[in-house]
Amino acid sequence: MSTNLTARLRARLVAALPPEQLLPDSQPEYVRSYVYVFGAMTLASFILLIASGVVLALFGPGWWHASPVGHFFNSIHFWSVQAFFFFMVLHLWAQFFMAAWRGGRRITWLTGAVTFVVSIGAAFTGYLSQQNFDSQWIAVQGKDAMNAIGIGAYFNLLNFGQMYTFHVFLLPVAVAGLTTLHLLQVRRRGVVPPIPPRELGR
Amino acid sequence: MVGPTSGEARTIGSRVSHYVHYGIFLISVPNLIVIGAMVAVFVLALVLRLPRHGRGA
Repeated sequence: MSTNLTARLRARLVAALPPEQLLPDSQPEYVRSYVYVFGAMTLASFILLIASGVVLALFGPGWWHASPVGHFFNSIHFWSVQAFFFFMVLHLWAQFFMAAWRGGRRITWLTGAVTFVVSIGAAFTGYLSQQNFDSQWIAVQGKDAMNAIGIGAYFNLLNFGQMYTFHVFLLPVAVAGLTTLHLLQVRRRGVVPPIPPRELGR
Repeated sequence: MVGPTSGEARTIGSRVSHYVHYGIFLISVPNLIVIGAMVAVFVLALVLRLPRHGRGA
């Protein structure tokens, strides 16, 4: 048997996440509940968010403000971020009340929590990237908060280029990477089962 | 910005928002509606059954 680096890496990855676990074709009976749908809805919103964001980035602010089709894609992007946070918070509530960190799922919980925090930054830099009076107002107000916590010199809300780069590249890549880790953890550890009645009664 | 009362209109940026103000509690009506909708969807997700389909039907 080959023991080169690639073979060892493959053996390790397959052992950590066998294909039938990575792409399961069935789930436990308790997953048949709307409460378990919120995570998938968040992911669907995120995909729509990225797709509409790519179109907006291709054509630019002049297009999304002035053209009817640009308005349409701007609205798709806006409403998909509303849906993203709507379902992500519902997913958070559901997993919190299920104590989803049980059964060795600490990393699943942590990656989800960090994704939530990074998403807030992604949404905030999106507000700053609108190129309208709203974004100017938010930047002028928000810069004081950044200065107050001492990061104003490194994260300048009035610098459109910096905020736009954060919004269209750095933060989406971070959210996508964290989401991938989160999903791999969900597949590795499995979906958290409901809390047994015995434990609830304690 | 000081002391808007319930339902008072206030200009923020280029839009006018209505706010609900009760003691230390101050929230815009759109945000209140969204939070209410989230709570409603969460409760419905708990009580409604997901229809069975496919193999297990």
